[in-house]
Amino acid sequence: MSENKNATLLENGLRLDGRDLHELRPISMKTGVLDRADGSCYLKWGNNKILCAVYGPRELHPKHLAQPDRAIVRVEYRLATFSVNERKSPAPRRREYELSKIITESLNHILFLEKFPNGTIDVFITVLDADGGTRCAALTAASLGLADAGIPMKGLVTGCAVGKVEDKIVVDLSDVEDKDGQGDMPVAMVYNTGEITLLQCDGKFTAEEITEGLKLAKEAIGKIYQMQRRALLAKYSQIAESYDEDEEEE
Amino acid sequence: MRSEEIVGSLERRYLTDLLQKGKRIDNRGFFEGRSIQIIPNVIHKAEGSAMVKWGNTVVVAGVKTSVGPPFPDTPNQGVITVNLELSPISSPTFESGPPGPDAIEMARVVDRGIRESHVIPMMHPQMCIIPGKLVWILFVDIYILDDGGNLIDASALAAMAALANTRINKVKINEETEEPILLEEMDPLPREGSVVSLTYVKIDDFILYDPSLAEDRAKIARFSVGIADDGMICSMQKGESGVFSEEEIITILEKATSRAKELNKIIDESSFLNEGEMFQFDF
Repeated sequence: MSENKNATLLENGLRLDGRDLHELRPISMKTGVLDRADGSCYLKWGNNKILCAVYGPRELHPKHLAQPDRAIVRVEYRLATFSVNERKSPAPRRREYELSKIITESLNHILFLEKFPNGTIDVFITVLDADGGTRCAALTAASLGLADAGIPMKGLVTGCAVGKVEDKIVVDLSDVEDKDGQGDMPVAMVYNTGEITLLQCDGKFTAEEITEGLKLAKEAIGKIYQMQRRALLAKYSQIAESYDEDEEEE
Repeated sequence: MRSEEIVGSLERRYLTDLLQKGKRIDNRGFFEGRSIQIIPNVIHKAEGSAMVKWGNTVVVAGVKTSVGPPFPDTPNQGVITVNLELSPISSPTFESGPPGPDAIEMARVVDRGIRESHVIPMMHPQMCIIPGKLVWILFVDIYILDDGGNLIDASALAAMAALANTRINKVKINEETEEPILLEEMDPLPREGSVVSLTYVKIDDFILYDPSLAEDRAKIARFSVGIADDGMICSMQKGESGVFSEEEIITILEKATSRAKELNKIIDESSFLNEGEMFQFDF
C-alpha cells in the first residue's frame, strides 16, 4: 500500500496498534470445532482468523504416493478469496504452495509417521481473515488440530514471527509492519526441546539482530505454547465435567 | 479417527423405516426446518460478510468489491459473480482443487436466485461509475466450513446476508482527467428486498424440507426454489435422478412460500445490525 518504507511505525516507543515492542496481539484458540473432521482448531490471532481440519491417519489416494514404511503428511494452506485487501483468485498461488510445504516439513518432525505405513494425514488450513503472521498462526493451529485428532505426537509445534521496525526488533508483526517494516522473520519451534522447525526471513538484519530475534521469538513461543496446552486441556476438562454430571444423575 | 463414513443401503433403509413411522432422524416434522443463526459482518478484510449456522452446517460468505469494465451488452450495469468452495475442511469426502460439478451447480443456483430476483439492482445509478467504461464488480465467495446437509439453502442465506451487509466506496470523478477516485467514505450497497432458497428432498416416496446430512446422502431427488420477499418465485432447480409429480411440486411451492417469509425476515434483521458493527464468530 504505502511506498514509503520509512513510514512512522513507532510512536513514543509504542507500535501503531498501541502495543509494546515485545507484546503479542490477543490470541485465542479452540479445538474440536468442526463436526465432520477428525481433529480441528479455530484460532484467532489479532485480526487473523484461521480454521484447520485434520483427517487421518487414513488410506492414501492416489496409491503411488504411499510410503511403505511410514505415513505421509499433506498440508494445504489456503487464503480465502476475501481474506486480503484485493480479492484473491480461488486458485492457489506460489506463496500458498510454498507455505504448505514448509508447514508440512515442520509437522513431519513432531509426528510418529512410522506407526502408520502407507497412510496419510491430511491437514487443511483456511485463512478466513488475514492480518500478518498467518504462516505461524496456521502452523500453531495445525499442531493443535493434529493433537485434537488424537494422532501420536512428540510435542506441539508453535510459531511466532518477529521482525524489524525502525531499527528495533519487534515481536508478532502486524500486516502493516510486515509490509512497511524493514524485515520479517517467522520462527517455529518445539518449545519443550527448543528444536527450530521453521525459520525464514526477508529484509535486512545483522547477526546480532537475528540472535536477539530468536531469543524474543522463543519467549513469545513459550507464551503461545501455554495457550495451546490450555486449549487442549479445555476440551478434556469439559468432557470430564459432563462425565461428573452424568455420574451425579445416576 | 473416523474419516470416511461408508453409507449405503443400510442407512437409506433405516431412514425409510423411520419415515414410514412418520419420523425423521432428528425428530423434526417433515416440513420443519432446523435452527438458523446469522452472524453478520465477521471478516475485517471483506466489504461484506456473514456466517450462517444452519443445524450442523456452517457456511461463511464474503463479498469483495472492485471497479472494472462492464460487459459490452450491459454497459450501464454492475457485475456480480458467485463462487462456492466445497472446502475439504468441511467433509472427509470433499477434495481440494478447482470447483467440481457439485460446487458449480450450487454456486449457479445461488447466483440465479440473487440475479433473477434483482434484489441487488445492477441497473441502479450507484452501480455504474462511467457508463460503458467503469462499473462496480461484486465477487460473492462462499466457503462451506462444516457439512451438515442442505448446503444450497445455507449458502444462499449466507450470500444474501453478506450482500445485505456490504458497503461500497463513494466515488468522485476527477473532472480534468475523467479518472475516478475511490473515497474512503462508504455507502451501503443498493438493495431492494431479499431472496432465500428452500430445498426439499425425496427419500422413497416421502418429501422432506431442509435435509440433514444423512437425508442428503439418502435422497433420490432434490428440488430447490428461490423465493423473494415479495413472494415471487425467482429460481428453481430440480436435481438428482429421482422424479417429482406435478402435485408434489405444487405442494412444495405452497409450503415453501410460507417458509420463505420467515427466512426473508431474518435477513432484514441481520442487515447492518447495530449500525454495521463487526461481530465475532465461534464454533
